[in-house]
Amino acid sequence: MAGETPRSIASLPVETRVGTDERLAPAARPTLAPARSAPAGGGRGILTRLARFARRKPLGALGGVIVLAMLVMALFAERIAPYGYDETIRGARMKAPSAAHWLGTDNLSRDMWSRVVYGARVSITVGFLTIGLAVVLATAIGVSSAYFGGFWDLIVQRVVDAWLSFPYLIIILSVMAVLGPGLGNVVIALAVLIAATNSRVIRGATIAVMQQAHVEAARAMGCGHVRIIVRHLLPNVTATIIILATIGLGAVILAESALSFLGFGVPPPHPSWGGMLSGSGRTYMFRAPWMAVWPGVAISLAVFGFNMLGDALRDVLDPRLRGS
Amino acid sequence: MLRRYVAKRLLIAIPSLLIASIVVFTLPRLIPGDVVQLMLAEKAYAKDLAELRAKLGLDRPIYVQYFEWAGRVVRGDLGESLWTRRPVIEEIGQRLPVTLTLAVMALAFALCIAIPVGVISAARQDTLADFVARSAAILGLSVPGFWLATLLIVLPAIWWGWRPVGEFVEFSRDPVGFIRQLLLPAVILGIAASAALMRLTRGMLLEVLRQDFVRTAWAKGLAERGVVLKHGLRNAIIPVVTLLGTQLPQIIGGTVVIEYVFGLPGMSRFLFDAINQRDYPVIQGVNLLVVSTVVMVNLGVDALYAVLDPRIRY
Repeated sequence: MAGETPRSIASLPVETRVGTDERLAPAARPTLAPARSAPAGGGRGILTRLARFARRKPLGALGGVIVLAMLVMALFAERIAPYGYDETIRGARMKAPSAAHWLGTDNLSRDMWSRVVYGARVSITVGFLTIGLAVVLATAIGVSSAYFGGFWDLIVQRVVDAWLSFPYLIIILSVMAVLGPGLGNVVIALAVLIAATNSRVIRGATIAVMQQAHVEAARAMGCGHVRIIVRHLLPNVTATIIILATIGLGAVILAESALSFLGFGVPPPHPSWGGMLSGSGRTYMFRAPWMAVWPGVAISLAVFGFNMLGDALRDVLDPRLRGS
Repeated sequence: MLRRYVAKRLLIAIPSLLIASIVVFTLPRLIPGDVVQLMLAEKAYAKDLAELRAKLGLDRPIYVQYFEWAGRVVRGDLGESLWTRRPVIEEIGQRLPVTLTLAVMALAFALCIAIPVGVISAARQDTLADFVARSAAILGLSVPGFWLATLLIVLPAIWWGWRPVGEFVEFSRDPVGFIRQLLLPAVILGIAASAALMRLTRGMLLEVLRQDFVRTAWAKGLAERGVVLKHGLRNAIIPVVTLLGTQLPQIIGGTVVIEYVFGLPGMSRFLFDAINQRDYPVIQGVNLLVVSTVVMVNLGVDALYAVLDPRIRY
């Protein structure tokens, strides 16, 4: 594997490693997954395949259900939440959980359940925008670095190295201090960081694909760079990208909550789960513990769901890891 | 051979460190808001601003400031804090022991949990124990540390009326008390690392246990203990060592939140405050220290990797 050293496992942060650490460095594994054929039972209906997935990967299916529930909450927050996220309810200041307010109310007399439901929208928005941007960046960096190699690869990889030497929360805090709090800025800061890590994995996978005969054949037939990259390389690293994206979503939600908790994330009144746990959540944690409990449960469940789903997807989409 | 490899890695590390140092230097300068204005409040006259700026050396071109800074850094001078007017290196030196002790304790905790659980999980693959261990590991990676910390402060207070002592104990005054107050933060900090390490231990061990020499060991009639620990774990542990080195930046990053929640006067807390106060020299100093430590540790881990596994030749 050209130029790969043990450093390549080393450079992945924990979050990314969730899905990849059980085997050797992803960079050191060739991607054998055929590009288009579905993992198993190609032509059958999607329901049959889902049922099969659920039977074989019960934990993954559980993760899928959690993710689905979160998506529904985010999409239909107005219908699901009994109150608005910023709506004050008269005479309901810091009430304990009850039939009227499932998760209690906060110090500004707002319904916690409604805020948690709307919080899913913030997390999902940040998560999908960040991962979308990160995947585009990481693929561009990783594939070009692997495909063109040489001087370009050397320069790009040194920059990625430097970027990866920063503990993520420290670099993110510094970047957020520059950009200022706000949803868009959180997305940019997190996306750049995740892109650096993921680009390493995608570069490794691309190098492996490039050793395959069909790439050589395409080159021999005189295909241009664009055609080789789009038709031969990208389809073969798609599985890797999907796995990285799913697991990355959990990592992004976790990171966003930590940033919001520290006051550098999505600013109020937007109900970010991390933000709900800081400030008044901490001030009143002894008098109204439910304020400091439920948003954390929501974060943990959401990240748990994405991690479980990502793990299961990796097993199914990446045949070499099956049965482990 | 090894020496040449280390020299080569060192050579590759230099440009990375240089790039990192430029990032470290420029980033805090892009922070909106000006330290000079913050220091002189709002009513300052333009002349005072310019004067203070000149005094702090902030009026010269940025590349001049960079080379001057880099030159001093090489000589071990990180400048002085714009707020306390004390040398940054002294300020860091005062707070580093807290963060370092915290990080080492977290790593130690992570290892103590990860290796035994990983071994059991692999040796009893697909049993209930394995299932529980794997789910717990994913859960450990999913729960935010700051929330867990809050829970562990709030719940005992509600259930047993037990509240953590607010005051920080210096090491010089009471070493046992110093360690004891870091125990809970270190455990919380170590959970995510232990989950990652456990998963890797399990994965590597499973792979090793499927190899021929392990079958031979079984066939020889060795006890399970000997097969799994001597033949298996010894071969599976190498990547775990590598990962251990790379957990360091994660754990240092985690200390930001943990020191904030527990109010520990460590280096990360210092950095957090410096970012809020736009104290450039401090932000640069702490970032630079952290980045060079990470680069050096990774280099050391790479070398260790080659020493541990004689099959690896570069």
